[in-house]
Amino acid sequence: MAYLELNNVCKTYGEGVHATEVLSDINLSIEEGEFVAIVGFTGSGKTTLVNLINGLLKPTGGEILFKGKAVSGTSHERGVIFQNYSLLPWLTVGQNVSMAVREAFPNEKRKAVKERVAQYVEMVGLTPAISKRPKELSGGMRQRVAVARALSMNPEMIIMDEPLGALDALTRGNLQDEILKIWSKDRRTALLITNDVDEGLYMADRIIPLRPGPRATLGPEFKIDIERPRDKTELNDNPFYKKTRNAIIEYLMSIGEERKTVSGKVYALPELSPKSFVA
Amino acid sequence: MKQSVTVSKTADLKVSSALKILVSRLNIKAPKFNPNTIFKKVVVPILSILLFIGLWHVGARSLYNIEADFKIEKALADQGQAAADSMAACIASGDISCQPNTLPSPAQVWDSFNTLIADHQVISADKLAFKDKTAALNEKRIAEGKDPITYTGRPSFVDQIFTSLKTVFAGFLLAFMIAVPIGIVIGLSQTLRNSFNWLIQVFKPVSPVVWLLLVFMIVKTMTKDSNQDSAFIISFISVGLCAMWATLVNTAMGVSSVDKDYINVAKVLKLKPLQKVFKVILPSSLPLIFTGLRITLSVAWMVLIAIELLAQSPGLGSFVWEEFQNGANDSNSKIIVAMFVIGIIGFLLDRIMLTIQNMVSFNKNAAT
Ligand SMILES: Nc1ncnc2c1ncn2[C@@H]1O[C@H](COP(=O)(O)OP(=O)(O)OP(=O)(O)O)[C@@H](O)[C@H]1O
Ligand SMILES: [Mg+2]
Repeated sequence: MAYLELNNVCKTYGEGVHATEVLSDINLSIEEGEFVAIVGFTGSGKTTLVNLINGLLKPTGGEILFKGKAVSGTSHERGVIFQNYSLLPWLTVGQNVSMAVREAFPNEKRKAVKERVAQYVEMVGLTPAISKRPKELSGGMRQRVAVARALSMNPEMIIMDEPLGALDALTRGNLQDEILKIWSKDRRTALLITNDVDEGLYMADRIIPLRPGPRATLGPEFKIDIERPRDKTELNDNPFYKKTRNAIIEYLMSIGEERKTVSGKVYALPELSPKSFVA
Repeated sequence: MKQSVTVSKTADLKVSSALKILVSRLNIKAPKFNPNTIFKKVVVPILSILLFIGLWHVGARSLYNIEADFKIEKALADQGQAAADSMAACIASGDISCQPNTLPSPAQVWDSFNTLIADHQVISADKLAFKDKTAALNEKRIAEGKDPITYTGRPSFVDQIFTSLKTVFAGFLLAFMIAVPIGIVIGLSQTLRNSFNWLIQVFKPVSPVVWLLLVFMIVKTMTKDSNQDSAFIISFISVGLCAMWATLVNTAMGVSSVDKDYINVAKVLKLKPLQKVFKVILPSSLPLIFTGLRITLSVAWMVLIAIELLAQSPGLGSFVWEEFQNGANDSNSKIIVAMFVIGIIGFLLDRIMLTIQNMVSFNKNAAT
């Protein structure tokens, strides 16, 4: 039995005439310690999928099993890094993290909580900014706070919804390394949502494309059997890497084409001829 | 490598940004000695004040002339040429008995202001003397278990101001204590919001006068057998009831429209319901609550004057009303002094609230 299992999961928003089936027939299983990436087009339902797994949303069909038990709500066992960071703007960096720590470890003494907060803030390199508010931080720093907050609760599985989506390429690279470093320390199970194929290739053990919605489903998986730690510059010369990358991009392009033809309705134009103003 | 660079930079920035925050919170603008800004910030306002006083002076002058001409003509028609001449002479001499009664000029208002201040000094000296005189007696009375003798003379203008401030703060506090908790409860529940909405919509536009009458009906009966100062109670309750609606509506709106992301954070952290309210919902709606409180305070100050005037409770409102009925020669200019004082205090109260509002608001720059 897999660690996380999704069986025929569907999600419909709205009711009656306004109902739209965003996700349809999603099947996925993730083993313990695995790092899985899901790539998909914007608006295809990636955030919806994440919220189903972390328990913020309930599926309209099918079942989601975490360690064999149906997911019935949020849990401290599954840490989440939201797409838009979702830091509380009235709290400082330290307070944002410490709120999470206190919830995850309600029996810890004040001092232990403080130490843990300091440890995780240090881990993401934000100790100098610990008493700043999110508004005073750059996007990358905010992202690192969100990482620290999620990890400080010591979750068994970490779910990341486009964690680096809003960052520039350089910062992105740095944070990818940081996340990998943290992950490789105790190999927690990880699910990464991304719109960047290279990011998935660099970080994950498996890449699964999410086909465009509505009624989005998962496509065929691509295994990435490349030794860790991976080196970005060497990867470019790795024939296996090149082959996989091309295969994934080809697949995404083809479903992108499909999407275009699906929405490429032909509209009948009314026949109009210019009016003559002379006669 | 990269890491260390960012680190030292942030440490540097910390001090200067802390200063900046302090400055922006206190609403202080760093002084810039640029001739253009001096012109805009100092010269233009002074010029506009001078222009205002000038226009006022000219306007008051012409109203005065119209009134004076009318008086002379009336004397001529009623009593003949001799009476008209003596009236003209009387007006020209500045005799108090025959001055035209109209909009006072800036100079008259300034004089009245000084009179009021002098009057206040006399009265407070009087009070002090009274206190000295009765100190020994009062001690004896207290020892015997009797009420001490208190000063019952006429309150000065400054006393009236403080009475009004006391009433407005009592009313504001009442509004705060009623509107914020109810607003939170209503905001948390869609059902309650729907069922209370009509009530709020119906009571919100009710005029201060009607609130006063309603409170009067109730308080009059309730304080029948006590010799409390019911005028104060009536006016502060009416002020509170009139002014609380903005806070009620804003609090309910703030609580009900908390960003979905924050609610998701609360869910992921598994906060308990009460913690969710106090750690997520309330902080995120604080800016809106304070916007409501700011409106409440300015409404409270505005209706206070009308309510004091009607309820005959001491304060600026009754000061204005008494002066109006008094009809003494400088009554009109005293009313104008009161008008400026009311306006300036209202402005200061609003500034204080704005500063507090900016301090609690995490996205800064509330509209001024
Ligand atoms: N609460 C909701 N009610 C109705 N429709 C919704 C809701 N949330 C999302 N949707 C719809 O579901 C679809 C998928 O949204 P979702 O946020 O999951 O996409 P996404 O893949 O995360 O996009 P992005 O890459 O931009 O983050 C969109 O078409 C969106 O309009
Ligand atoms: Mg998304």
